[in-house]
Amino acid sequence: MQLTETIETTRLWRPGSLSLAANAPSGPIERAWDKARFEMKLVSPANKRKHEIIVVGSGLAGASAAATLAELGYNVKCFCFQDSPRRAHSIAAQGGINAAKNYHNDGDSVYRLFYDTVKGGDFRSREANVYRLAQISVHIIDQCVAQGVPFAREYGGTLANRSFGGAQVSRTFYARGQTGQQLLLGAYQALERQVDAGRVKMFPRTEMLDLVVVDGKARGIVTRDLVSGAIESQAADAVVLATGGYGNVYFLSTNAKGSNCTAIWRAYKRGAAFANPCFTQIHPTCIPVSGHYQSKLTLMSESLRNDGRIWVPLNKGDKRAPNEIPEAERDYYLERRYPSFGNLVPRDVASRNAKAVCDEGRGVGEHGLGVYLDFADAIARLGRGVIEERYGNLFEMYQRITGENPYQTPMRIYPAIHYTMGGLWVDYQLMSTIPGLFVIGEANFSDHGANRLGASALMQGLSDGYFILPYTIGNYLAAHKFEKIDTLNEEFRAAQDAVAERTSRLLQTRGTRTVDSFHRELGKLVWDFCGMSRNAGGLEHAIGKIRELREEYWREVKVPGAAKEINQSLEKAGRVADFFELAELMCIDALHREESCGAHFREEHATADGEALRDDARFSYVAAWQYNGGDPPLLNQEPLSFEYVHPSQRSYK
Amino acid sequence: MKLIFHIWRQRDRGSPGRMVRYEKDGLNPDMSMLEALDVLNEDLTIKGEDPVVFEHDCREGICGSCGFMINGVAHGPLLKTTVCQLTLRHFENGQELYLEPWRAKAFPILRDLMVDRSAFDRIIASGGYISTPTGSAPDGNVIPISKEAAERAMDAAACIGCGACVAACPNASASLFTGAKISHLGLLPQGQPERASRALRMVARMNEEGFGQCTNIGECEAVCPKGIRLEVISRMNHDFLKASWAARQPATD
Repeated sequence: MQLTETIETTRLWRPGSLSLAANAPSGPIERAWDKARFEMKLVSPANKRKHEIIVVGSGLAGASAAATLAELGYNVKCFCFQDSPRRAHSIAAQGGINAAKNYHNDGDSVYRLFYDTVKGGDFRSREANVYRLAQISVHIIDQCVAQGVPFAREYGGTLANRSFGGAQVSRTFYARGQTGQQLLLGAYQALERQVDAGRVKMFPRTEMLDLVVVDGKARGIVTRDLVSGAIESQAADAVVLATGGYGNVYFLSTNAKGSNCTAIWRAYKRGAAFANPCFTQIHPTCIPVSGHYQSKLTLMSESLRNDGRIWVPLNKGDKRAPNEIPEAERDYYLERRYPSFGNLVPRDVASRNAKAVCDEGRGVGEHGLGVYLDFADAIARLGRGVIEERYGNLFEMYQRITGENPYQTPMRIYPAIHYTMGGLWVDYQLMSTIPGLFVIGEANFSDHGANRLGASALMQGLSDGYFILPYTIGNYLAAHKFEKIDTLNEEFRAAQDAVAERTSRLLQTRGTRTVDSFHRELGKLVWDFCGMSRNAGGLEHAIGKIRELREEYWREVKVPGAAKEINQSLEKAGRVADFFELAELMCIDALHREESCGAHFREEHATADGEALRDDARFSYVAAWQYNGGDPPLLNQEPLSFEYVHPSQRSYK
Repeated sequence: MKLIFHIWRQRDRGSPGRMVRYEKDGLNPDMSMLEALDVLNEDLTIKGEDPVVFEHDCREGICGSCGFMINGVAHGPLLKTTVCQLTLRHFENGQELYLEPWRAKAFPILRDLMVDRSAFDRIIASGGYISTPTGSAPDGNVIPISKEAAERAMDAAACIGCGACVAACPNASASLFTGAKISHLGLLPQGQPERASRALRMVARMNEEGFGQCTNIGECEAVCPKGIRLEVISRMNHDFLKASWAARQPATD
């Protein structure tokens, strides 16, 4: 596909000159991955042990990659900031993992999973990558079963499935509401097996603070030991980033408190292009904020929308208890606006509508930022027993957090940031624009386009880590010669000095405000202007405000303690400094994309009845941003073409 | 609401520690225990004091990072609840709370409420896995597993590795943790080939790490936020004994 417009130079960005080739094999899409694997150069078993590979992150993508690379014979060093690789945030995924097994004989196929994912991503993902993901999905389940992941079973002993949003077939495998935990423990155990075998050296409580590029290739990282505070360098022949998403830029999100963008942001500043940073997913069913002290948001599984009815009072400012509001004075707004999908519209639509009714002043709860999810009808229809069987553990969790009993009074829910589709740009081989720097899992941008479907994140993390990267990294290593590298050389010392300088600057500022106070303020700005819906004026305003606040941050932040000790404030301070810079790029990306697609909703680009309006003629591309020193970032485009799944307008009316 | 905290402060492994009293007013009953500590830490930061170091990450009870003793009970008074999901409404206004780190020889203190639990990783590395290199797996439905076996394996696999069991045990035993992994894998057909060697190696490792022996007291089960049952320890002992007998050389006398 040819792009109809050339990039103009504006106040906020300039045209870049990268030629972004995905390098997916030509020919029929079904054969592409086979063909690519055959064409790849191999590293002989005797040579594999001569290569060192760094893997940063130990979630589904990082742990599975580190374990598999070690099985193949490479020497692996794996880093995580948590005290154990088992704690990476993949562990919190509840619902399940998709795979095109068609065990239920309901018409599923690799092609259908591919089709659903491209369409669900609102035609902003790369077809060849998504097809490969769907193909590999079936092997993931096999691998995990063999590792002992206790997936749910039917009475006959076969694997059970359930259905999930955005699909008409039953293809989601699950282990109660703890699928992410069980898949991660499988990968973690495989990783620990390699640690025991001496093929992986694990560095827990160690945070990557910079990437080292030597002669144009990624050759190492700079880290801080979070216990001793020592700043050190590690060299390797290739670096893999599996450091997750950047949802915590919003401060309040469903991410773990430690999840951060530092590794990918440092790589961006060393030359890796950052793709579609404004594509951030908002999950519609989270427990609302209860006060200014709130530290994170808790997700309630999307499956609740199968039986719960969503409503708000018909009239503004109606403060009566929900049970006192008569039926005629309630607005079941999703059922009213979307009669055919009702409460089961996709995540982005459900979230935007909740925001709209709250903006009208009809939100519920103390702060007016919530809508009811009411099970009264379902309990009357099915009996309390059935509801308890289906959602008992979720109701219990809701009650534990809010102190309210959802069997008697409707739940209150509100959308929250949950996942980031954007990330570092990678080609078909999962390599970034820096040779030797590979990016996997949520940290890359690759497979979900502008909106991710439920139960697809676990699939992508494991697909990248177990089945794609171990091949593609070999292809890279076999094609290049690697001089032995010393971490005392110029590039390493410069990067290490820069990290030390930044650390001491944060400690020496000794201002008047805490890191968290800045992070909350930044998060609110990004949420208000680059959250569920965006407009040009708001984004311009946010960019100005972010810059002012960032400037204040470096003048007024107060980080207690010292560099050479356990210092959690210092850890946070470095991460928040990077969030400030990323937040600005997110707003710039959102401003430049003058269309609505998937989770990116621009108020200026909506249909007459307020639905998202894509502009394929102008924006059917991946926006890959390049760091440009102190000057505006450079915008590069990877055009997207759709040969198999033809773009259409999504409709849920 | 108001709470009076007595918190264990210890700079590092080598320094002596002590309890320090903090009075905190203006707390909200809807806050979690960790959010209350966040608020306290904001105050300490502004005053120029070192914030209290405590471990946490997901704050939804699944990552296993958080945990400390509250008035002598691991994770505090609410059953099956980690401190990150423990809200203040379970305490009285003005109540005094004593917060201390997990105490066990195998969990050395790093700072304040933070301890080193890497011994758990080493126990898993010594056999808490099924050896299946990537790509070697048959189709997922080739091995049928009864619903009951899958459910029981899942019960044991739900362990989050927080260490509360060790902290609650008067012997600082890691039997509930180790037994949970041995049971999870031992209940599944895939786990059978390595079942005996797994039990031998993991139990040996657990002892080498300095954890105490299990004397069937049951404190571990009582505090486990995931409801892991004592039964897993029986399974571990069963597998260990059986494997030990099988491994014994024929008698020479």
